[in-house]
Amino acid sequence: MLAYILRRTLYAIPILIGVNLITFALFFVVNTPDDMARMQLGAKRVTQAEIERWKAAHGYDKPLLWNARAAGSEKLAQTVFFQKSVRLFAFDFGASEDGRNIAAEIRTRMWPSLALAIPVFLVGLALNISFALAMAFFRATYLDFWGVVLCVVMMSISTLFYIIAGQYLVAKLWDLVPISGYNSGLHAIKFLILPVAIGVASGVGAGSRWYRTLFLEEMGKDYVRTARAKGLSEAVVMFRHVLKNAMIPILTGVVVVIPLLFMGSLLMESFFGIPGLGSYTIDAIQSQDFAVVRSMVFIGSLLYILGLLLTDLSYTLVDPRVRLE
Amino acid sequence: MMRSARLGAMRHIGILGLAAAIAGCGQTWNDPYRSADAAKDILYSAFVARPKHLDPALSYASDEAVFTQQVYEPPLQYHYLKRPYQLVPLTAAEMPRVSTLAGYSEYEIRIRAGIRYQPHPAFARNAKGEFLYQSLSPGQIAALASPYALPGRGTRELTADDYIYEIKRLAHPRLASPIYGLMSQYIVGLPELAARLKQANAAMSAEGRGGEWLDLRKYPLAGVERVDAHTFRIRLKGRYPQFAYWLAMPFFAPVPWEVDRFFAQPGMAQKNFTLDWWPVGTGPYMLTENNPNLRMVLERNPNFRGEPYPSEGAPGDREAGLLADAGKPMPFVDRVVYSREKESIPYWNKFLQGYYDTSGISSDNFDQAVRVSVEGQAALTPQMHSLGIRLRTAVAPSVFYIGFNWLDPVVGNAGGGEAAARARTLRQAISIAVDMEEFLSIFANGRGIVAQGPIPGGIFGFRAGKEGVNPVTHLWRDGVAHRRPLADAERLLAEAGYPGGRDARTGQPLVLYLDTVTRGPGDQARFDWWRKQLAKLSIQLEVRATDWNRFQDKIRKGSEQLFFLGWNADYPDPENFLFLLDGAQSRTLHHGENAANYDNPRYDALFERMRDMPSSPERQRIIDAMVGIARNDAPWIWGYFPKDYLLYHGWLSNLKPNDMARNDLKYLRLDPARRAALRREWNRPVVWPLAIGCALLVALLVPAFVGYRRRERMAARPAA
Repeated sequence: MLAYILRRTLYAIPILIGVNLITFALFFVVNTPDDMARMQLGAKRVTQAEIERWKAAHGYDKPLLWNARAAGSEKLAQTVFFQKSVRLFAFDFGASEDGRNIAAEIRTRMWPSLALAIPVFLVGLALNISFALAMAFFRATYLDFWGVVLCVVMMSISTLFYIIAGQYLVAKLWDLVPISGYNSGLHAIKFLILPVAIGVASGVGAGSRWYRTLFLEEMGKDYVRTARAKGLSEAVVMFRHVLKNAMIPILTGVVVVIPLLFMGSLLMESFFGIPGLGSYTIDAIQSQDFAVVRSMVFIGSLLYILGLLLTDLSYTLVDPRVRLE
Repeated sequence: MMRSARLGAMRHIGILGLAAAIAGCGQTWNDPYRSADAAKDILYSAFVARPKHLDPALSYASDEAVFTQQVYEPPLQYHYLKRPYQLVPLTAAEMPRVSTLAGYSEYEIRIRAGIRYQPHPAFARNAKGEFLYQSLSPGQIAALASPYALPGRGTRELTADDYIYEIKRLAHPRLASPIYGLMSQYIVGLPELAARLKQANAAMSAEGRGGEWLDLRKYPLAGVERVDAHTFRIRLKGRYPQFAYWLAMPFFAPVPWEVDRFFAQPGMAQKNFTLDWWPVGTGPYMLTENNPNLRMVLERNPNFRGEPYPSEGAPGDREAGLLADAGKPMPFVDRVVYSREKESIPYWNKFLQGYYDTSGISSDNFDQAVRVSVEGQAALTPQMHSLGIRLRTAVAPSVFYIGFNWLDPVVGNAGGGEAAARARTLRQAISIAVDMEEFLSIFANGRGIVAQGPIPGGIFGFRAGKEGVNPVTHLWRDGVAHRRPLADAERLLAEAGYPGGRDARTGQPLVLYLDTVTRGPGDQARFDWWRKQLAKLSIQLEVRATDWNRFQDKIRKGSEQLFFLGWNADYPDPENFLFLLDGAQSRTLHHGENAANYDNPRYDALFERMRDMPSSPERQRIIDAMVGIARNDAPWIWGYFPKDYLLYHGWLSNLKPNDMARNDLKYLRLDPARRAALRREWNRPVVWPLAIGCALLVALLVPAFVGYRRRERMAARPAA
């Protein structure tokens, strides 16, 4: 297994270089270093000389990918791509274009993101599985039918509607929780109740329906009939046998997103004023901050690779037939 | 016996619980702030976009000025109440003495003695007089949560050297100040200083000391002279009377060298401990919490000298209660908490709940807040009145317009001769047809004034009433400006050679192109409206929506035909608007601010005369002539001057919109007890939905549980 992990880790290096190159190309197809300078310096009274000063101060006065004037390996090294990218592999994210240290920003912003994402993930997972198991248990009854109808209705509603309706009813009309905001430590709880509830509610429809399908597929298999024939109670059949055997497809979808919880939720953080990482990349794209875009895409790619690796590892835990070699 | 005791204990717990619940009824559950702060003298407001720069050499945006102008004190400021805007001394003992030398002008600024900086670790010294925190190790810095986590604080008196240090910072190669280009044209020796600093910085980088402190005190600036500890002179090339306005901006605020050196220590930038993040000044407030993703907190500067509230104001200010605090020492509020609100819905609702003291009005909430009468008067709705909310409006020193590219052969002057005359008539026809009154009504809820020229109200040179009407587009009738009838535009269009919207010579339909920035699908209605306006003259309009970069690129290259743009004034002088049409400022030809590339030698000659004049009847006469020329040439469709609408709660007083200066926090006064009482009244939690929610949950779980039990007990086959 160690060899497998090592191999996958080594595979990650060319993937990350490729992702970095694509990010770089996409960013600079749309923006030029001059555009970035103008965005930072403002639209008023900016002369070309000031733009050149900004570019020199921020390391954008070099060619993008190939420095024809340099000699030898410097042709590659003395470029914006190399200078800005190579440090990422040492997790040195540098400073954003407006001078803020990116690592410090990430360290500050990751905790509010996790404070929102982890409860949504855990409570949502528990609720989805419970609801799906209940529907599977009562399959082909009115409870199952109306449960599926409810799921379809819930998954048809936009997350934005949940947020606006939730804020209007719970925070404005009934004055039960703050409508937005955040605080550190235990003071965060009252700010998280509503976004967590909305995050869970907005995912219940799709999640429960998907898990119900998985459970029903398992329940039609021979080993379930055998378990029932042995006289096991339905609860034992459902929890000990069906749930465990349905875990592989569940884990495929679940484990891969665990590392990405760190990246936060754009919509929820924006509407509830939670200072997480969700909006960091979007803000950076809007303000043409390549340093932040590059760093966040790099981290996102890394976490996705980690998620896939964890998914593979988790298979071995739930299915003894799977061996990683 | 035991059972009785248990019952008794339970009864006590129940009574305590009930008491707690009743006590809790007096509390608000949705309060986003600490309950201990409810009755404190804290002003609550919000910001939408995180500030990019708080360094006075870099900060140029108005949303940054909200913070920087509370902390930094340039020599001058705008009078809080008087209109038109008037410069008055801030740290200066008097207005600068301006003398004119051969080819130069010199500003002598004398600052008041005894002004002290806010407490800050950068100034802290031990008993021997040595700095405590100017030689911190990276490990010590890494352990800090903020610069204020260092226990020692110090201060010192403000001196002229601090102003000189900041002026030098404008040329700092690591800072790239946005006004360096402009100031290097005026301040004697600034380009030479920039060259020397660049060399010094390069040498430091070559030695591997790239991030180290560059001590600007070692580099003289020829155009800035220290007279004594409290006096300095700035020498400018030629005359530049508008320079006084720059002296009211944070670009010319003092920066003590100790603070610059403190933040240059290795490890500081890695913790975001920079002057760009943690401003240090002499102003009424100091920034003590800086989390621009969540909250920015300003606290009263204990060393602030206590500037008196103004004793004079504009007509009507006394009646409005704006002079009730005349002469009292400011600031009145102890703490100001700015929370970040990226979305308008929570911002608005928190304002209505009393958790923000002030708010603007978004288009979504306009009808809920304001009713505009047939006469165009804005008034609050009964709901706002019932909450004790008040409204203040002011015309912003800004202009939005549709420009015609002067270099274009169809709508501009590029054709020359007869073609140029035809183009002018075409521009006049289009200017009549584009109904800006309708635009304001549809897209801005009437929040603006249709422009009759480039200068907005409140700025010297603006003409109101009949004198201010643009005769090309409007007629003065019954005391009101009316847009000319469409027939006038059609007649002009025919004169221009496009009868019925077709070129008389070729018979081809006239197709024009409008370049604009788009923010999303929501802009489509605006684009359709523009097309409709030109369709009134049977002119086809192609709207080319693009992103900001591409749009700016087109303007720079002069490849646009019509374009939509705006301008926010730097200072309240007509020069700051009229220069937008100066030929020497052509964006395409000279990289200036004249985006239309308008060029009329008569206008330019008058501009040169007007620019350096003090405001006087003679200057007004020249401005009238310039505006007349521009109206006739119609290089812009004179769009509109936006109107700011500001709502605030009745517990806040002394509020008067001031678009030129953002240092208004020191003037504001709060009644926190009244606010706390009203917040409690407005935010009583409604708990019945919780009970219903619980009941519904039980109603769902019980049948499920019963069904489960029934299934578990069900026989494999039904009994025979």
